[in-house]
Amino acid sequence: MTVTQAGFRRRLLARKATAVGFVILAIAATGVGIAALAVLMVDLTREGIGRVSWDFINAFPSRKPEEAGIKAALWGTIWMMGLTAAFAIPIGVGAAIYLEEYAPKNWLTRVIQTNIANLAGVPSIVYGILGLTLFVRAMELGRSLLAGSLTMALLVLPIVIIASQEALRAVPGSIREAAFAVGASRWQVVSRQVVPAALPGMLTGIILALSRAIGETAPMIMIGALLFVPFTPDGPLDRFTVLPIQIFNWAARPQDEFRVNAAAGIIVLLAVLLTMNAAAIILRNRLQARSRG
Amino acid sequence: MAVRATEAQTSVSRIRRRGPLEARLRHGREAAVHGALFLCAFVSVFTTLAIIATLLEETVGFFREVSIVDFLTDTKWTPQFKPQHFGILSLLAGTLLVAIGAAAVALPVGLLTAIFLSEYAPSWLRSVVKPVLEVLAGIPTVVLGFFALTFVSEDVIQVLFPGTKIFNAASAAIVVGIMIIPMVASLSEDAMAAVPYSLREGAYALGSTRYEVALRVVVPAALSGIVASFILAISRAIGETMIVTLAAGATPNLTWDPLQSVQTMTAYIVQVSLGDTPQGSLEFRTIFAVGMTLFLMTLAMNIASQYLLQRFREVYE
Amino acid sequence: MIRERLQEIANERPVVAPAQRDAEPMSAPAAAETVAEARHLSVWYGDFQALRDVSLSVLGRRITAIIGPSGCGKSTLIRCFNRMNDLIPGFRTDGEVQFEGRNIYARGVDPVEVRRRIGMVFQKPNPFPKSISENVAFGARVNGYVGRLDEIVERALRQAALWDEVKDKLHKNALTLSGGQQQRLCIARALAIEPEVILMDEPCSALDPVATLKIEDLMRDLIRSYAIVIVTHNMQQAARVADYSAVMMMAPDRAGEMIECGLTREVFTNPTDKRTEDYITGRFG
Repeated sequence: MTVTQAGFRRRLLARKATAVGFVILAIAATGVGIAALAVLMVDLTREGIGRVSWDFINAFPSRKPEEAGIKAALWGTIWMMGLTAAFAIPIGVGAAIYLEEYAPKNWLTRVIQTNIANLAGVPSIVYGILGLTLFVRAMELGRSLLAGSLTMALLVLPIVIIASQEALRAVPGSIREAAFAVGASRWQVVSRQVVPAALPGMLTGIILALSRAIGETAPMIMIGALLFVPFTPDGPLDRFTVLPIQIFNWAARPQDEFRVNAAAGIIVLLAVLLTMNAAAIILRNRLQARSRG
Repeated sequence: MAVRATEAQTSVSRIRRRGPLEARLRHGREAAVHGALFLCAFVSVFTTLAIIATLLEETVGFFREVSIVDFLTDTKWTPQFKPQHFGILSLLAGTLLVAIGAAAVALPVGLLTAIFLSEYAPSWLRSVVKPVLEVLAGIPTVVLGFFALTFVSEDVIQVLFPGTKIFNAASAAIVVGIMIIPMVASLSEDAMAAVPYSLREGAYALGSTRYEVALRVVVPAALSGIVASFILAISRAIGETMIVTLAAGATPNLTWDPLQSVQTMTAYIVQVSLGDTPQGSLEFRTIFAVGMTLFLMTLAMNIASQYLLQRFREVYE
Repeated sequence: MIRERLQEIANERPVVAPAQRDAEPMSAPAAAETVAEARHLSVWYGDFQALRDVSLSVLGRRITAIIGPSGCGKSTLIRCFNRMNDLIPGFRTDGEVQFEGRNIYARGVDPVEVRRRIGMVFQKPNPFPKSISENVAFGARVNGYVGRLDEIVERALRQAALWDEVKDKLHKNALTLSGGQQQRLCIARALAIEPEVILMDEPCSALDPVATLKIEDLMRDLIRSYAIVIVTHNMQQAARVADYSAVMMMAPDRAGEMIECGLTREVFTNPTDKRTEDYITGRFG
């Protein structure tokens, strides 16, 4: 009747065996993610590193794989990143400031918050459909950089807003109180005290958003970024292409030589992403150090 | 003395003097700022309305020509050939095949990773593993699609199952699964971290092993948060485009065999965009009907996930 | 004056006296044997020494109270008895804790086994977010007990004086109970696996006075079958409930030391250490 059964020692051994087996399983699972990343990196490098060269970066796409390059795509990506940032950062940060510092806690605010969370989960191709209908056709911007970057700005807006909100929320209330107490207006409090304090966190969110923006392919396909662009854009109303599209174009071709080009293009894209993220971390650390005095 | 007093008075009054005009200007400026910021927040509302309006308008036009019953029950999808069929089922099957395959990879691996990070790993190991997973999460999907096509399909699937064509659902499903592992791991770990330590202590004090504490106390206590992360990850898998476009195939195929080539809803939309289908035609409108289906599916799943997460937070905060 | 005050504290009785109390005299009870013993125990968390050379005997069928000002290491000491401190990184010991003829800190001793024989109740009630019966049965299930769990659940709940209040709602979530009921549920949960010793780390400090008295009555009941060690910062509680009291103090370097240990009556009326007298009369702590 009692719990102190004679087989307790034996059962304990069985339990410990299960426990050990489980740890091994858990470690193996964690290893899967890491291994996948490692295999990906190795495979890419193997395939493409030979092709990466200054010629490659400086040449336009061509029907002949050995002459093709990513110049147009690279410039298109840079243009698009700049324009997307120009739209997404002010609107996103502004929205975050409104929601955290100005908005009353009523149903409308809750609706806006829920809506933003939902928008973060909408598939990117749906944004592409939106961009095609709204910017390319309705606003008659054509298949231009402007239409593409507006679409991309809408796509990354939820990311900027959510990250900026978290950064603002992390600023202690005492800073706000102290500023109000010396008679500052709400905008003065926000712009002079709160936002500077939240800047490192906001920066992280912005870089995250821009990293996403330059890696997205599907919406750009819908906008009509070209697959074969032998020129670099001169202005926002030009047609354009971006790195992911160029990579997609090459990857979808069966010939092996284009595969090498795709791998090389990917290496350049990842290098750009890596540089952006590294710059962001450095910048954030410097801002944080400065704010701590 | 009198001179000094007047001097002091003047300087103070210089600070203090705010005429009614200045006050009104400042009030106006504040109101303008408030309004501008509200407009920024409203952009998000506008986006949702625009998405719904865009999809709705063209979908309504689509369903004037195609019956909704056909759309939902026909097993063939051939808008670009004669005779035209508009049954979403084969695209839906392709999407679900890839999503379920991805879930089969990512949910167990992600949850086990989360349990390991939350209950077992020392903090130095966590600080190594978590950034690695974040890097994995940040890789553009076109890169993963290339990986699926060249490595997974050629060097894994075709080796294990000789005779499989280069385009198959399995390679896409595996890589989509790899893509969402970080999401499942990170969100599930957050849910488990919210479970108070006192529950774990209580279980240890009853003579439980760490494994029993993790699986019989922590995971059940964090369950709604974990399930919310599952749903969110599957929703992401359903909406994924580039991996399936590159690796899964370009012909709709109603099958549950992962070794065959299939076309997902997202891949179909890409295919039409790349082609020369004239805008305004019925064939072009199929983009919107399929897009609407996709949007509604992911919206429903996101709402369910958020609801679960809300209930979870109410218990632990 | 001080002596009278000490006498007062030692003589305080609860409003409701359980039947057991009058039947058992406080001094020289029958055959009390040592079931667990800390011998010259020192404890470090990393570089910080939390306990220095502490010795304490835990007697079967008696209540031993560990008292002292906050921060003197009472919780650390009680948690050494069931190796709960092992969960804290940087924890190490010198000295022994003897239980059933072995040092539980010896190599090859499994803490899981120790914790099944020495149970614990915590300061803040921590029932699992499961049903009442699942809470009580958890320990039995985990330890691989084979048999009728509902009998175990009923027996434990009766022992914890909770059965009548919950017998109709065993499947309800444990979090719907009041604080005092939750704590008795945690006691039932610990009793279900039939330990030898029950450790209680300030079990009443999160409860109201009525719930506190119920638990004190329960404790006097439980010592018919178990040895109980209780940490409390409430001296009146120690005086009401404990057969033996052990007084701890914090040394200047913040390490905890045992300065006095003996029958509660003796410690409260005739303390040998001046610091004990100061603490009990409320001069500090």
